[in-house]
Amino acid sequence: MAEDYPKVDRVMGGVAGLISIAVPAVLFLYFIMLAPQIAMDAQVWAAEWVPSLGISLSVLMDGLSLTFALLITGIGTAVTLYSAQYLGDHPDYPRFVSYLLMFMVGMLGLVLAGNLITLFVFWEVTTIASYLLIGFNADSAKSRRSALQALLVTGTGGLVMLAGMIILGSVVGSFEIAEILGSGDMIRAHPWYMAILLLFLAGAFTKSAQFPLHFWLPNAMAAPTPVSAYLHSATMVKGGIYLMARMNPALGGTSAWFWILVLFGGFTAVFASVLALRQTDIKQVLAYTTLMALGTLTMFIGAGTDYAIIAAMLFLVVHSLYKAALFLVIGIVDHGTGTREAPVLRGLRHAMPLTALAAALAAISMAGIPPMIGFIGKEFMYKAGLGLPGLGAAWVTVMIFAASVLMFVVAGIVALRPFMGELAKTPKPAHEGPWPMLAGPLVLGALSLLFGILPSTVGFYFVAPATRAVLGMDAEVHLYLWGGFNAALLLSVLTFLAGWLIYRRHEAIRARLAVAEAKAPNFDRGWDNVLDGLKALAAWQTRLIQTGSLQRYMAVMFATFALLVGATLILRGGMGSGINYDAEGVHPIQWTVLALIAMGAGLSTWTSSRMTAITALGVVGIGVALLFIIFSAPDVAITQLLVEVLVVVLVALVMLRLPHLPSRAKSGFRAGHAAIAAAVGLVTTAVMIAVLQTPFDRRLTDFFEIASYPDAHGRNIVNVILVDFRATDTFGEIVVVVIAAIAAYALLRGAPGASPTPAGEPGARGEEEKA
Amino acid sequence: MNSLILTTATRLLVALLLVFSIYALLRGHNLPGGGFIGGLIGATGFILYIVATSAAEARAALRVDPASVAMVGVGVAALAGLMSAFVGQPFMTGQWLFLFAEPGEKGLPLSSVLVFDIGVYLAVFGGILTLVFALEEEI
Repeated sequence: MAEDYPKVDRVMGGVAGLISIAVPAVLFLYFIMLAPQIAMDAQVWAAEWVPSLGISLSVLMDGLSLTFALLITGIGTAVTLYSAQYLGDHPDYPRFVSYLLMFMVGMLGLVLAGNLITLFVFWEVTTIASYLLIGFNADSAKSRRSALQALLVTGTGGLVMLAGMIILGSVVGSFEIAEILGSGDMIRAHPWYMAILLLFLAGAFTKSAQFPLHFWLPNAMAAPTPVSAYLHSATMVKGGIYLMARMNPALGGTSAWFWILVLFGGFTAVFASVLALRQTDIKQVLAYTTLMALGTLTMFIGAGTDYAIIAAMLFLVVHSLYKAALFLVIGIVDHGTGTREAPVLRGLRHAMPLTALAAALAAISMAGIPPMIGFIGKEFMYKAGLGLPGLGAAWVTVMIFAASVLMFVVAGIVALRPFMGELAKTPKPAHEGPWPMLAGPLVLGALSLLFGILPSTVGFYFVAPATRAVLGMDAEVHLYLWGGFNAALLLSVLTFLAGWLIYRRHEAIRARLAVAEAKAPNFDRGWDNVLDGLKALAAWQTRLIQTGSLQRYMAVMFATFALLVGATLILRGGMGSGINYDAEGVHPIQWTVLALIAMGAGLSTWTSSRMTAITALGVVGIGVALLFIIFSAPDVAITQLLVEVLVVVLVALVMLRLPHLPSRAKSGFRAGHAAIAAAVGLVTTAVMIAVLQTPFDRRLTDFFEIASYPDAHGRNIVNVILVDFRATDTFGEIVVVVIAAIAAYALLRGAPGASPTPAGEPGARGEEEKA
Repeated sequence: MNSLILTTATRLLVALLLVFSIYALLRGHNLPGGGFIGGLIGATGFILYIVATSAAEARAALRVDPASVAMVGVGVAALAGLMSAFVGQPFMTGQWLFLFAEPGEKGLPLSSVLVFDIGVYLAVFGGILTLVFALEEEI
């Protein structure tokens, strides 16, 4: 074993590694034990979460979710074991496994959720985990860009889907998936059906990278290889597939559903497998074949016949097994030779025999050669395609034929050519990987073979229950390796022939594809343009709205307030007849205080000294406090007084550092502000008068007066409300006080290195108050 | 500010204000006062100290970082709210202990509500001083 693998003491990545391997392994065993029970009947288990919104933490466990759960935990075990070796000596390895486990929880929650909103929450967890994992090598700009792209594309799709979920939930009257699946006929007949369908598909298509939203997935290969194997081929990207399969009984079966899924899925499958031929980096080749698989699955879920769903569920298992294995193999090759370039790699079987074996097992399944499970998968796809009615049969059969031929070719490129022939020179001398990295791909490859030999077991425990769940009714499922001489077998033979021919001429085809690609529109660049446009729009509207002038902000806010409140007041009849404007009953003392307040306010607008203005405003505040005392609200008055004192001190601290007020601003400017100020004052006064005319509801006051002492042992009602009856509100308020203080502190301290005083301001300030 | 009268008076006034702030805090449940008002009075005392001497001296006199005081306050208030969990009641339900209570009297009332009010006091006191120190030291 070569020296670049970590030594034994770091093997398994320490405690973090052991936990990360144990969690999926235990869960996998648990789900395996559930399998016989689930194969018979679906289980639902529920707990309340947010009952007021009809959101529950329910679990829906049927064949479909169990198959996914087993893939997630089974491949998860292989991948975490692999990662412990692959990244075990990375300084950020514990962070890596945390993200990986976070993803696993999200993905399990997604496939087990029995409630749409819960499903959405977990859906987003996987999106975020994917973002963190793609950007794991945060030093690389490419990683960061790919991570952000994946987040924005799938995140946007997720939000669109949430809109669809909310509409669907209100149409059905429940977010429980079991209830939604039971009301399929009602949903399909509903006028909102089309909107729901399109919104849901936006989510599914972004997550499962269907054309034309496919471009993020090949870029996501910037993630470490175990992540690519796990998230971006075996599990997360199948989230959209899961959603479509899950919603099939509710949304499927219409011609819109059929044609959208079949056309987009078929096109994605063929388009992606052609692009796969173009790549030279083996990992990129695999990324594009993942797109092909996702397109195929979408197409067959759309087709919707019994055979099509069986084919989709079978291919789901087939693809996850061989693709995860191949990705892990690529990681070993990359680690062992220092390159992933297909043209360079040759003859690796001499140096890496076990890797070659794992690659061969996976690739034979991928190529659809008997006796692997991949062969059965392909047979069923042909059978399903041929069995469709009318035009659909032609489209699906042609698409799946083309895609299968190209898969055959890709299997050769990825897993045959690099291992055959003479050992070629690579950046690092080729050497075999250690056992934790080999175990996963070997087991997955062996399973591809085992399932191919024992198709009825897979059929009974996984494919049949999953198919029943997707169809929403019973279906006959009988898997077999040898189906006799029929059209599907003939197509298989043709597939191998055509595939072999293309494989022989692959180099020439790749060169021609490269030329063609240079001319075709580039979706990745298109994405950049969209993003740039969005940024330009944001910059434009920020310049427009946020001028940076505090005076303008205040003017706009107060003018809006006066306008909206004033207009409402007039339109709703809050002024004029029926309102009593008499001032009788106002005590002379109150008049005095009011005069004091008015004088303070007037002075603050006339003075040219900031200090005087602040003090004058303090007079206004103290006048208000006096009013509180007159109306016997001592607590409020004390608080008002103290706050007033504090405000004067705080503002004075700031004001001392500001330059003199301009001796007299332009008269138009001042007139405008005076008008706004007068309008705000008048409107507020009118509102107060109108409000005070309505009879006062004493129910709350009475309650607090009665309950305060016996229940809360306090005679000061204000304080009892603050600390007892409404203590949670108060708690929120003190949190706000502290956050505001800390935020202001951070703002005042400024960014590191920023100058505390604005440049260009003369230092001679603070003279004002002496003048 | 170099005012001898202010500096001398402040030494007395700060102590008075701090004691008064605690007095306001403790009487709050039955008479005007409480944690919010108490915190404001206490903060005013220290602001007076800042104005009379300097921010550095006031900070030294406070000994602890006001932001920490504020956060401890929030924590104390949260813990006071959680006390009710021990007797299986909802968050923030007041818990009372009447020490030396004669029949018909309430004795010395100790309560989670008072602890909560102390949390409010600390949060307001620390929050405002955080702000004032930042203003005074940075501008």
